[in-house]
Amino acid sequence: MTRAHNAKVMNRFDLTKRLVAQLKHDEAVIGGIGNANFDLWACGPRPQNFYMLGSMGLAVPIALGTAIAQPRRHVVALEGDGSLLMQLGCLTTVAMRAPKNLTIVVWDNGIYQITGAQPTATAASTDLVAVTRGAGIANSAWATDEDDFERLLASALKDGGPSLIAARIDDEPAVATTERDPVQIRERFMRGLSVRG
Amino acid sequence: MKVRAAAWHATVLESLKSNDVRLVVYVPDRVLTPLIAALHADAFFTCFAATREEEALGILTGAWMGGMRGTVLMQTSGFATIPNALASLILPCQIPALIFVSERGTLGEFNLGQAMVLKCMRPVLDALAVDHHSITRQDELAFILDRAIKQAFAIQQPVTFILSPLLTGGKVFGA
Repeated sequence: MTRAHNAKVMNRFDLTKRLVAQLKHDEAVIGGIGNANFDLWACGPRPQNFYMLGSMGLAVPIALGTAIAQPRRHVVALEGDGSLLMQLGCLTTVAMRAPKNLTIVVWDNGIYQITGAQPTATAASTDLVAVTRGAGIANSAWATDEDDFERLLASALKDGGPSLIAARIDDEPAVATTERDPVQIRERFMRGLSVRG
Repeated sequence: MKVRAAAWHATVLESLKSNDVRLVVYVPDRVLTPLIAALHADAFFTCFAATREEEALGILTGAWMGGMRGTVLMQTSGFATIPNALASLILPCQIPALIFVSERGTLGEFNLGQAMVLKCMRPVLDALAVDHHSITRQDELAFILDRAIKQAFAIQQPVTFILSPLLTGGKVFGA
């Protein structure tokens, strides 16, 4: 097996904690289905978080919609490699709309971790950063280590244009499981975004 | 004096505008072309194509949670891509998604795939308990749209508008 990059293998929960610690302006975060939102949940309650309990692949489209509706708020989508592979077309839509306030973070462990660790295409052949650049999102990079992840994120949160940060991660399971109450999740998120009083 | 009826697409546009529905995400269809062109031409709307119908529903969901009302447009075959997004996002989260489907697969269809999806579209909507209105007449269009759009936002439930060839003219072989 060859890999197109030499980024360090990191841990999703550790990186998610580092990400949440950088959010100082009530940024919205869309946690993709499965471990991406479980580890976000494990970082503690935050009314600007939306936790996806279904609709695999739609974290980036949901984030794009929120970014369009609230152009002065930065929006971050957290997605796994399997989920992003399911909806690669959304990268081209993001590139076409080019929202300044959208960051995509993809956790890439090369497996469908939650279903039994079956390999994804990223384990064999696909470089999601190259795919994203090809889709038209030039600001797309692998985080080489934790410090680099924090640097890339700090830069992305400055509203310079859509960006993608890819992180190679290990196969550690998420450290908690999100409460399964979709209406409450959605309502809390809308209050967090000041849509509801 | 004979008054010429407004075009169906003009009525759809006005119904969206009067209900402050500003976001339009579509996967195109020949039948919808005049509506899409009119929406693009009107600065009130943020209107663009998604690569796939479920992606469009995701964008609508994010926008609505951010305070912006939206709608998605698709053709009948495209409906077959969205049941998962309906069942696992729109319905459990109570998202008032306005879904316009140009009805293909009937009254002169030439594409068997469209006809097969049409046979399952209403049963799927019924199985999911998603309201749907089949619209055949211009003189009923504005009333149905305005009332059903207001209801969707009031009760936070999706609604589907199936635009019949009797309303739009449909798409015929060779067109």
